[in-house]
Amino acid sequence: MELYELTCHELKEKLDRKEVSCQEITQSFLKRIDQVEEQLKAFVTVTADLALQQAEQYDAGDAVPGLGGIPYGLKDIICTRGVRTTASSKMLENYVPFYDAMVAARLAEHKGILLGKLNLDEFAMGSSTEQSAFYPTRNPWDLERVPGGSSGGSAAAVAAGEVAYSLGSDTGGSIRQPAAFCGVVGLKPTYGRVSRWGVMSYASSFDQVGVISRDVRDCALVLNAIAGHDPRDSTSVNQPVPDYTSFLTSDIKGLKIAYPREYFQQGVDSEIRQLIMNALKHFEQLGAIVEEVSLPHSEYALPAYYLIAPAEASANLARYDGVRYGLRDLQAENVVAMFSRSRAAGFGPEVKRRIMLGTYALSSGYYDAYYLKALKVRRLIADDFTRVFADYDLVVAPTTPTVAFKIGEQTDDLLTLYMNDILTVPINMAGLPGMSLPCGFVNGMPVGMQIVGKPFDEGTIFKAAYAFEQSTDYHKARPTLGVNK
Amino acid sequence: MAISVKQVEQVAYLARLELTEPEKQLFAEQLSSILDYANKLNELDTEQVEPLNHILPIYNVFREDIVQPSPPREDILSNAPLVEDGQYKVPRII
Repeated sequence: MELYELTCHELKEKLDRKEVSCQEITQSFLKRIDQVEEQLKAFVTVTADLALQQAEQYDAGDAVPGLGGIPYGLKDIICTRGVRTTASSKMLENYVPFYDAMVAARLAEHKGILLGKLNLDEFAMGSSTEQSAFYPTRNPWDLERVPGGSSGGSAAAVAAGEVAYSLGSDTGGSIRQPAAFCGVVGLKPTYGRVSRWGVMSYASSFDQVGVISRDVRDCALVLNAIAGHDPRDSTSVNQPVPDYTSFLTSDIKGLKIAYPREYFQQGVDSEIRQLIMNALKHFEQLGAIVEEVSLPHSEYALPAYYLIAPAEASANLARYDGVRYGLRDLQAENVVAMFSRSRAAGFGPEVKRRIMLGTYALSSGYYDAYYLKALKVRRLIADDFTRVFADYDLVVAPTTPTVAFKIGEQTDDLLTLYMNDILTVPINMAGLPGMSLPCGFVNGMPVGMQIVGKPFDEGTIFKAAYAFEQSTDYHKARPTLGVNK
Repeated sequence: MAISVKQVEQVAYLARLELTEPEKQLFAEQLSSILDYANKLNELDTEQVEPLNHILPIYNVFREDIVQPSPPREDILSNAPLVEDGQYKVPRII
């Protein structure tokens, strides 16, 4: 078995026992990137020289616990000091931050090895990574299919063994949906659990940084490294961070799991529904109590999201004006023309669409009818979850309504594309933690089960996910990087 | 609800986004269809519901009023498209 095929904790064991060096591990991943990246296109930037330099330093210094010496990748929306950070947008094609995002700094302090920056839908707006201004990323399980999005590069790179783990960001499903499509573990922590400082903002009341990994233990290790309060992000919460690996016990006797009937209805592939029902039976056999519940406002989450998120995006993306950073139209004679033309040239179609929609929803005369209405519906959706969590520990549902679709298949039909997020968006609306965990295959493509917890109770998610994973084999399956007929 | 090309132009001006004629047509159609979908929210009576602006019960977050070091000027200017005498350069405003 090659080193790049191992999980973080397996690599760490070998590294700590000095069976292998950090340089050998890093070279194994770089070789793998060389082999598959031309087909996969998961990276925007590969930082091979930097990685080898960091690995050499690691081998020369003292061992660092946790994730020390383990190679990783970052979604290219997370600022890295001295390493180009593009948001997969022409607007920021040459942008080189002079500071690290808080999460990037944390992983650097842990002496992790940065292999590069991973592709995404431009400014994290999309569900397929086809909205990258550079190129679409491909799904390692079938190169003709999308990896999901917006953290598509982050998920594809982990699934293909190009990095040991990665960070992504999740506004409406952007970690969980690509994790499901690529057959890996994806965790969106509770809103406020991880600092957003230095991560380019899309919709600030939903955005949350999270983890993509090969198994549940790796996911817990990475959350240990990045969770916690950061005074520079006023929405990061000052609450103690437990050791998430302490929840990996496999004991779920008496755990109360709810499954919402609205997530098993029309529009969700029947084979996916069946796989989740099988998983629920499996939880019962492991000693959990499983019952059906209702989250009655579920169907309103998506239309509310597509008003609130664009509204916040239109405000956040106002900063790209060609003055302080990013693309500038140098021909424009006055300032308004410079702003308008720089933005026209720098942004792609989906970003423009959301800026337009958000500006409209916030404009005088439409604010109450659209934006305020959506915020009221947001409360109804959050209240649905609060009621269920009064009686249950976890909510389990499918992550996506379908398996990964073909590249180009959905790009003409906006509402169909937006429907990809229908099962993940409500969790962002309520700010809850949610994980996608591999739970089977439909026609050779991976399927994800979504496990949602109470606010700041990622621990119980880890407990259930670990129990499921350790008594099944789905996490051991690896893609062949071919075309799945 | 149908959005006209004229409305698209107004919104594009507010957003400081120059659009081509085909883009205006396309956005008029697409925004109309998304807003039609959003009208589904009107099925719900929200008269008595308080809007949820933010999921956490956080209002103002203050720190001690102590001067902190700022990043060096050259770092801040390092990504600017046009710089002169240590300042951003933009087209004439007045």
